[in-house]
Amino acid sequence: MIFAVADDVLTSLGERLQANSQGAVHGFTVAFGDLTLHADTSRIVQVLTALRGDAETPFQQMLDLTAVDYPERPKRFDVVYILLSMTANRRVRVKVEAAENEAVDTVTGVYPCADWYEREAFDMFGIPFDGHPDLRRILTDYGFQGHPLRKDFPMTGYVEVRYDDEQKRVVYEPVKITQFRAFDFLSPWEGAEYVLPGDEKAEAK
Amino acid sequence: MADDAHPVPEMSESVATDSPRKFSLNFGPQHPAAHGVLRMVLELDGEVIERVDPHIGLLHRGTEKLMEARTYLQNIPYFDRLDYVCPMNQEHAFCLAIEKLLDVEVPRRGSIIRVLYCEIGRILNHILNITTQAMDVGAWTLPTWGFEEREKLMVFYERACGARLHSNYFRPGGVHQDLTPSLIDDIEAWCETYPRRLEDMSGLITDNRIFKQRNVNIGVVTREEAFAWGFTGVMLRGSGVAWDLRRNQPYEIYNELEFDIPLGVNGDCYDRYLCRMEEMRQSLRIMRQCCTLLRQTPGPVMVEDNKIAPPRRAEMKRSMEAMIHHFKLYTEGFRTPQGEVYAYVEAPKGEFGVYLVSDGTNKPYRCKVRAPSYPHLAAMDWMNRGHMLADVAAVLGSLDIVFGEIDR
Repeated sequence: MIFAVADDVLTSLGERLQANSQGAVHGFTVAFGDLTLHADTSRIVQVLTALRGDAETPFQQMLDLTAVDYPERPKRFDVVYILLSMTANRRVRVKVEAAENEAVDTVTGVYPCADWYEREAFDMFGIPFDGHPDLRRILTDYGFQGHPLRKDFPMTGYVEVRYDDEQKRVVYEPVKITQFRAFDFLSPWEGAEYVLPGDEKAEAK
Repeated sequence: MADDAHPVPEMSESVATDSPRKFSLNFGPQHPAAHGVLRMVLELDGEVIERVDPHIGLLHRGTEKLMEARTYLQNIPYFDRLDYVCPMNQEHAFCLAIEKLLDVEVPRRGSIIRVLYCEIGRILNHILNITTQAMDVGAWTLPTWGFEEREKLMVFYERACGARLHSNYFRPGGVHQDLTPSLIDDIEAWCETYPRRLEDMSGLITDNRIFKQRNVNIGVVTREEAFAWGFTGVMLRGSGVAWDLRRNQPYEIYNELEFDIPLGVNGDCYDRYLCRMEEMRQSLRIMRQCCTLLRQTPGPVMVEDNKIAPPRRAEMKRSMEAMIHHFKLYTEGFRTPQGEVYAYVEAPKGEFGVYLVSDGTNKPYRCKVRAPSYPHLAAMDWMNRGHMLADVAAVLGSLDIVFGEIDR
């Protein structure tokens, strides 16, 4: 069993939050028992301030801030804010879209805990947060290059480290992982788009 | 971008600045009180903390990236390696997320076993936290007593799933195997013996003058600060906020069980310690109720749908269909509908959440793990300002930090 709020309750909550947002929220979806608000990137601070100070369902906490990468879209990143209202017992997600190198306003002024979350999103996706007090990398190595959770970053990365006994220090080398292969287990008869080995002969006939 | 702006800091022992009283100090990454690999750059004025800059990521393994390249079933073991102190609670959140996407109902016996093992995980976590926190402030006996009990609990893990730590026991749709009746008896018997050991431990430190001097009024968190900094779990309840997901947004069978939520008053390290002690007693209550319920509820522990759950081993020997199901499940895995969910559990450290984005294939498109300790550690800076150097260990201990889940 999972705690669930009825979809019509979420819909009316979403309608009310959208109506109260002065146009900053341009839509919402209710799916899988979760409410998602779609907001304008430039007005995210306004949206979150309004949600935190909402009279009926004040969202006291921001539990998480993260991003999702869709490289095929013109605005490739979704920045997702997950909020919780303890007094009204409701959760909401706020989503904004951001293009590559497009700065998103920091929300550290609304929810101080956004500090590290924005650093993480910057580290992993390279999204700059405008006005962040201390935007540095947080999880990756000192001097790391690239943004690992982008879809165009390979899972194995580019460099590997080892301790070199001759040089008496840790050295960085181009990654060589011979055992790694990309396994694709999706059923070929259920929508795989590549040509199976041998199938090209059937076409030639 | 920031790489150029922030060059690699020098790893000097202590850097003298202009004033002879002011210096910065490297705490960790190999300090025993750092509870893992945490490097903190402390800026001190004499012995008073002026600024704390935690450098995390030394245990970063790229779990979220790795998950995007593996099927859902292959991803469950990664959750054991997040908070390795209470592995099953982590798996639980991921399984709930998948079940939410697939709209699967766990059989009742499976739910009870999950709750039982989540509470074992809570006690595992709290024993580790309380004893090592006490060790950080100078009480050496506690870890030796507490770890003996942890060992017994790990044997229960082993008897359920074959592994002491990395259990891979919770699966989408239930748990992997049923418990034997003797295991349920032994868990219930342990619930009778553990309270005495708990009171022994409590007797050593609860009223201990030195323990109180090190913890009372140290690292005080007000309600407003706890909200603003995204605190959950004991960090929130220690400040007097009655919020526990097991009660407020119940999952599995928690709404049928009787247990109390302990609250702190002052929000200091000592209140958080008291909360954890009381939570262990409440977990024991839950475990006893689960053992009783398990005897009354026979039945499957996993959904019967072989598209999600593997067929029984005996069935596979006779049925071709079961054989195919097994092969397909462990190679291709199952697919989830397109969409995104956020599932959460009350892990021992706070709200452990999984934000799962699915693109309709057999692998997650994106899986963000919301680790409760992450915002807690982010608060190290303001919590320690004005405190003495020795209080860093006490505050860090009461935050209940495990680097597996912070660094991911």
